Amino acid sequence: MNENSILLKMQDISKSFPGVLANDHVTIECEKGHVLGLLGENGAGKTTLMNILYGLYQPDQGKIFVDGKQVVINSPSEAINHGIGMVHQHFKLVDTLSVIENVILGIPTNKAVLDFGPAKKKLEKLCKEYELFVDPEEIVWRLPVGKQQWVEILKALYRDCKVLVLDEPTAVLTPSESDQLCRAIRKITEQGRSVVFISHKLREVIEITDKVTVIRDGKVIGTVNTKEATQSILAEMMVGRPVTIERKARPTVKEHSAVLVMKNVNAFDDRGVQALKDFNLTVHAGEIVGVAGVDGNGQRELSECITGLRKPSSGSITIQDKQVTNVIADPSFVGFIPEDRQKTGLVLDFTVAENLLIKDYKEKPYVKNGFLQYSEMKKHAEHMIKKYNIKSPSGDIKVKTLSGGNQQKVVIARELDAQPVLDVASHPTRGLDLGAVSNVHDILLNERNRGAAVLFISAELQEVMALSDRIVVLYSGQIMGELNGETADQFTIGQMMLGQTTEAKK
Amino acid sequence: MTYEIILDWLQASLRWSAPLIICAMGEIFAERSGIINMGIEGIMLCGALCGVAVSYYAQSQAVALFACVILGLVLGLMVAFLTVSRRTNQVVTGLMINLLAIGATNVIFSVLTVMRHKRATTFGALFPESMHRIPLVGPVLFAQPFTTWIAIFIAFIASFVLYKTRWGLNVRAVGDNPQATATAGLSVIKLKYQTLILSSIAASVAGGILTLASSGYFAAGGMTGGRGFIVLAAVVVGGWDPMRTMFACMLFGATDAAQLRLQTTESIIPTQFLQMLPYLITVIALTIMVKRSRVPKTWGAAYDGRRS
Repeated sequence: MNENSILLKMQDISKSFPGVLANDHVTIECEKGHVLGLLGENGAGKTTLMNILYGLYQPDQGKIFVDGKQVVINSPSEAINHGIGMVHQHFKLVDTLSVIENVILGIPTNKAVLDFGPAKKKLEKLCKEYELFVDPEEIVWRLPVGKQQWVEILKALYRDCKVLVLDEPTAVLTPSESDQLCRAIRKITEQGRSVVFISHKLREVIEITDKVTVIRDGKVIGTVNTKEATQSILAEMMVGRPVTIERKARPTVKEHSAVLVMKNVNAFDDRGVQALKDFNLTVHAGEIVGVAGVDGNGQRELSECITGLRKPSSGSITIQDKQVTNVIADPSFVGFIPEDRQKTGLVLDFTVAENLLIKDYKEKPYVKNGFLQYSEMKKHAEHMIKKYNIKSPSGDIKVKTLSGGNQQKVVIARELDAQPVLDVASHPTRGLDLGAVSNVHDILLNERNRGAAVLFISAELQEVMALSDRIVVLYSGQIMGELNGETADQFTIGQMMLGQTTEAKK
Repeated sequence: MTYEIILDWLQASLRWSAPLIICAMGEIFAERSGIINMGIEGIMLCGALCGVAVSYYAQSQAVALFACVILGLVLGLMVAFLTVSRRTNQVVTGLMINLLAIGATNVIFSVLTVMRHKRATTFGALFPESMHRIPLVGPVLFAQPFTTWIAIFIAFIASFVLYKTRWGLNVRAVGDNPQATATAGLSVIKLKYQTLILSSIAASVAGGILTLASSGYFAAGGMTGGRGFIVLAAVVVGGWDPMRTMFACMLFGATDAAQLRLQTTESIIPTQFLQMLPYLITVIALTIMVKRSRVPKTWGAAYDGRRS
């Protein structure tokens, strides 16, 4: 291979954190005008590697070459100067500023006074060129997440990056937005720029990349030409064993009484924007109702209204004919797996044992005469650790030291162990690797088979289709349509996710 | 008679609000960058003593103000080192500086015994004497010491800097999302240092003006009387916006001036109650306004650059 055509090379990079070897002699290469896929499960070390490239971390050893020259990158501004642009998985945008303000933020200039005129022209030209349209004047928090992604990409292109790193860019996009992103990536590479595309979604990686480097446990497992790769080969390289997310067989559950009934519910989000509009939904015992839709279309408010965390402005919500008026704390009634386990689901600085009893600490035998009974709590924790297969040495360690999958198991153990009549699972597999995902799926399916009503909210179409008995599609606080889980197809759901009803399509 | 009292009150209202405005403009930048500089009360107190003392010995108000700037710079560096580099709790650090300032000024003032019965010369008016006799606006506006005009001018400058300059954009960005600001290639630490030094200089100068624009005396034992804290409230009430904060400062200045005047009239209201008025107004304004303003997102939180 011609050495000159390599635009980016990271050679022999190692990086360790206390107790973890995040990158172990990793080498990647990206040719000019190519898309390199970086594939690996969560925690495999992809993001660490890219943070090293962007100057956020310093590698313990290894070299970085850009355009054949060795560079040392100590800070993001140095990375930008070397022509590296990055779109982080969690956007680095200042919500309260406008698009154009975000784009020019930090660009060195001699002018002290802001002048948006030329910047706007340049941005609008980029918008046209890559067909990523955003209004430069709009305040960022008002933009849907997809558009925020465009802002991030435009921000990097505005700085004329040679290498654009996209970290899990499609996690927040609808199928059609993903297609739009693919087109933009093609245009970016046509100009001789390179793209590093980080993902754990096999389909996209195969669609978009020229080469794929697979990383597992901080090590490079191999690099393949995408043309010669198939989904199953890559999946096996990534996980180390064959895997698939497929619809699992399920028995029919006889009891079918309505458990959750929502009638004409209206609710507002934290910004005072209407999040649910005349929302009607019934979930029966023994079924999983999947709520599909792009994030931010009322999913969060929906789960919060049901569990009593948010008061609807009008309408009624009943669970087993009991009106929801206050926060439901009884775990034998409703089990709630919140969308953000680290913020809402757990107290990260508490131990596993304490987290497991956050709802039940007032009950005997965990409390006696107003004093917590630590020995009982410990026993309970050990029992749960065994029962739910939580990988934790004991109940005494802080929950923040566990991996994401095991943290989620702690939440699940607490919420579902009392066999609630209704399970509300909001993005329960977000950020988990394939093994942990299928574990969560099994648990939810068991809940259904036991006779619980399960509301399953997820932005991942594939898993909604794999798990649900019925699928409703949420768009802008309303249900766009309802489909049978057995017969639903991705295209119809995708259309509904964009706010088009099936009638409109026909 | 009543007319004169009202004129006098209006004149004093503006005069009293000048140091508040200057101090508040600095504080806006610090808080917009995410750091609450709680020490402004103490820094103001140090500035007040510094202003009077230097003015007395150097016989120059310009030198006195310059000394205040230097003092603010040094104290600002100290606050920044503690709250930004060492990531200490901003409230505790502020309290520490305030207590330190009370003690330090008392000690220094007790040494400077000659100053005790002498007045430093106060600031003159910006406009010529003849204009002071114009009815209404004459005494209220044109008889103001020039610092009042400077304070209002500074508020406009602050507004321009915050919204129309690159540095202002950086400051607005860093308080709302320091990680984003860092990935855009800016130094979060540097920005926070800059705003903290700016706010400390503003507080110190405000303290100097507090004495040099009115009495010319320094009174030991907390002569700032909680004005720094009122500024902290004014910034919140003003929603971190220079113009609105300026008006909040004027409101507090007016209450302060009113209570001083009411104390001297023979009134059935006890003086203690009157003295409480400015703070009462502060509390009421805070309860009304707080819900409506938008707090900088990382307000009061330490920034740890190692976490991204």
